[in-house]
Amino acid sequence: MNAVSVSRRSFLAASLAGGAALTFEARLAFAAAPGAAAPAMLGVFVSIAPDNTVTILAKNPEIGQGVKTMLPMLIAEELDVAWSQVKIQQADDNADKYGPQFAGGSMTTPLNWLPARQAGAGARAMLVAAAAQQWGVPVASLTTADGKVMHAASGRSATYAALASAAAKMPAPDLEKVALKDPKSFKIIGKSRPGVDTPAIVRGEPLFGIDAHPAGMLYAAMVKCPVISGTLKSFDDAAVRKEKGVLAVVPITDGEIPAGKHNAVAIVGDSWWRVHKAREKLAAVWDTAGFDGYSTEGYAAQAKALLGAAPAKDLFKAGNADAALAKAAKVVTADYAYPFLAHATLEPQNCTALWHSDGKLEFWAPTQDPATARGDIAKVLGIDPASMTIHMTRIGGGFGRRLMSDFMIQTACIAKAVPGRPVKLLYDRTDDLRNDYFRPGGWHRMTAGVDASGALVALKDHFITFGENGKPMRAAGMLASEFPGPALADVHYGMSLLKTNLTTGWLRAPTSNAVAFVFQGFLDEVAEAAGTDLPSLMIKTLGAPRSFPSSDPDEPAFNTGRARGVVEAVCKFAGWTGKRSTTPGKGRGFGFYFSHRGYFAEVVDLTVTDGQITIDKVWVAGDIGSQVINPMGAEHQMQGAVIDGIAQAMVWQPTEQKAGAITTENFGDFPLIRINQTPGEVALTWVVTDNPPTGLGEPTLPPVIPAIANAIKDATGKRLRSLPLTLA
Amino acid sequence: MAISLTVNRKPRTVDVEADKPLLWVLREDLNMPGTKFGCGAGLCGACTVILNGEAVRSCQTPLADAAGKDIVTIEGVTASPVGAKVVEAWTNLDVPQCGYCQAGQIMSATAMLTANPKPSADEVTAGMAGNICRCATYLRIQKAIAEASKAISGAAA
Repeated sequence: MNAVSVSRRSFLAASLAGGAALTFEARLAFAAAPGAAAPAMLGVFVSIAPDNTVTILAKNPEIGQGVKTMLPMLIAEELDVAWSQVKIQQADDNADKYGPQFAGGSMTTPLNWLPARQAGAGARAMLVAAAAQQWGVPVASLTTADGKVMHAASGRSATYAALASAAAKMPAPDLEKVALKDPKSFKIIGKSRPGVDTPAIVRGEPLFGIDAHPAGMLYAAMVKCPVISGTLKSFDDAAVRKEKGVLAVVPITDGEIPAGKHNAVAIVGDSWWRVHKAREKLAAVWDTAGFDGYSTEGYAAQAKALLGAAPAKDLFKAGNADAALAKAAKVVTADYAYPFLAHATLEPQNCTALWHSDGKLEFWAPTQDPATARGDIAKVLGIDPASMTIHMTRIGGGFGRRLMSDFMIQTACIAKAVPGRPVKLLYDRTDDLRNDYFRPGGWHRMTAGVDASGALVALKDHFITFGENGKPMRAAGMLASEFPGPALADVHYGMSLLKTNLTTGWLRAPTSNAVAFVFQGFLDEVAEAAGTDLPSLMIKTLGAPRSFPSSDPDEPAFNTGRARGVVEAVCKFAGWTGKRSTTPGKGRGFGFYFSHRGYFAEVVDLTVTDGQITIDKVWVAGDIGSQVINPMGAEHQMQGAVIDGIAQAMVWQPTEQKAGAITTENFGDFPLIRINQTPGEVALTWVVTDNPPTGLGEPTLPPVIPAIANAIKDATGKRLRSLPLTLA
Repeated sequence: MAISLTVNRKPRTVDVEADKPLLWVLREDLNMPGTKFGCGAGLCGACTVILNGEAVRSCQTPLADAAGKDIVTIEGVTASPVGAKVVEAWTNLDVPQCGYCQAGQIMSATAMLTANPKPSADEVTAGMAGNICRCATYLRIQKAIAEASKAISGAAA
């Protein structure tokens, strides 16, 4: 899926650098000089202080998904220290040293489950080797626990601190061969650990990008081109320069900011409030010719026309879907649609940068993908990627928005204009909602045939999305291998493309958050026509346990056995009977989806009163492999993603576009979900399987959206096929 | 014109524009960045502070309106027994995900529980509906308020 192209890019960079094994060897360059007082580095992630405090670097961006706690847990487990000894520090961006450092695609767990544990085990092996040498005993006779090495035969023991400087001089172990713990003996993995930054958050300490404050910092606000892809023609800054506190005015027109022009004029001064207010004095002329025709209404009209025509391009074709439909006992057809959406991270886009006198650039950035940003900035500004330092701040919500580099490139352009002074660029809310890499809207005409036995036998999807030259834009595609296509003999998925001036991007569970709604909503209709319910139709269609390879070579295969496992688990958990609701206004719905390596099935109970939908309870069954690393963090991610899905389904309003420009103002016309719209309960059961652990930021989100649509049908008889779901 | 106010029990004087919102006075002039900017329109609650006992949106409060008033921010909320219990419950239940909204959530919860130490479930959702959490930590916010309410009532009894 598209989200993984980011991961692949970063992952390749790390692979070229040799991955974890080589980064571990790189420790020799960073090993502390011998000496009692200095903390000793054991590999790139672990340092041990004389008081036996163990500092572990957290290498990935923390966006609220809990990796700043989770990754060090993996290292601490294999290092065999007590969690109470551990201090955690955020690493800077340095993929050559640390390996991939992005927060996207729910990839942190699958990419680090093994290497992070190996890093911890490698550091432990060096400590054990140092003890064996000092005591003249075999390595095999030594054990470790709670930051100590023990020799049972002689009763000797030493703290890691006492051994650390000797250990740092030991040869680096082969991380591929270093022994890892039997999961049965885990003391930290699998035990709930609160977020490491929680105490600082509740004290209001500066942690976030917006809180960065290097000495002498200036502030910048931008006047953005009202139309994305429009360009700056001219501007008059005479009046704005007279405003109190204004120090500089900087046009930002440098090149493409990945795949879309975001021209702007920045105003720099001694207070953000002042420079933001000064924006009204700026007279800027923009060239937006050629973009007036792009609008929400226009896209819908074009899509409607295209749906009736043949697809411009085949995505997946097997057998003869038309012939199979002609023979089917029943044919179901329906059109589904979903709108453009902004990300609306609560911390608006911002970045702080300092252009040093020697031309080096230093960033304090809430970025989900620093390595990509580094490359993009280097390209746009024509500077050496190695001349940049990127400090990663805590991030006030990511959801995919901060995988993009635009706000960092803009800040770099501004910093270049005020060398020697750090400058913080901050978007206001309207700019943030209007200048996004939006979740693209889309339309699907679905047609299915069922045979006399109620089996799904044929399926067609004409998918209308955005792109050019036969290629969907970022996050605008769908998998050719989308289930249940590969399980059927006669299938035709086709695609037609619309053009837009907008920039598109990954929104939490990208493509899945839309495709799950379409496919699982439509299959609920098919199940109804077949005289059954969706879980039963799913189980019948999934068939025997087997794997369907993904059409994207970077994506894992879809395993029907694991899918069936969560479908059955959630039905048992929720007491699903398959019976239709007999209480007016009460409804129950089901949804399943596989994305980001996680299998999730969900059941929603809801109540409809006077057209108002209240979610009563959500049941979730998930399979993310053999081990949940931090149960309290996992529960939190799961509940947050489910409620985020409810928000996408029922609360968020479409990002509207008129005459080329996004018209969204603020949280009034782009409402986010609030506490009074939250379900009373989101209950979770895990299906533990013998598979490597995978991530949780995203895969819980998609199934709840169709489950709500299907429950509304159950409660009211009305089939809603367009997001957001409204009973107006 | 210099304007005086009390922030977290300390007298402060700032000499900036009287129409500058309290949010930006706290963040830029008083070096207290715990109070967050979310929407600039009083819609999200991220900038909530307590002004003379009332939860207010500091992005909508001009400095002039705060003159001579008693302000409590996240940096000083634990000075009150209720605020301390709220922060303790927030920590125990590990409420934050990204954490950006939580200062505002804690300030709203503290103001609510100070006025009404034993709110009903409906009073909690009504009292907290002005504070958005984009990560949707609402289930834990509800639990933390219940725990804090219990702790406050227990302490008073």
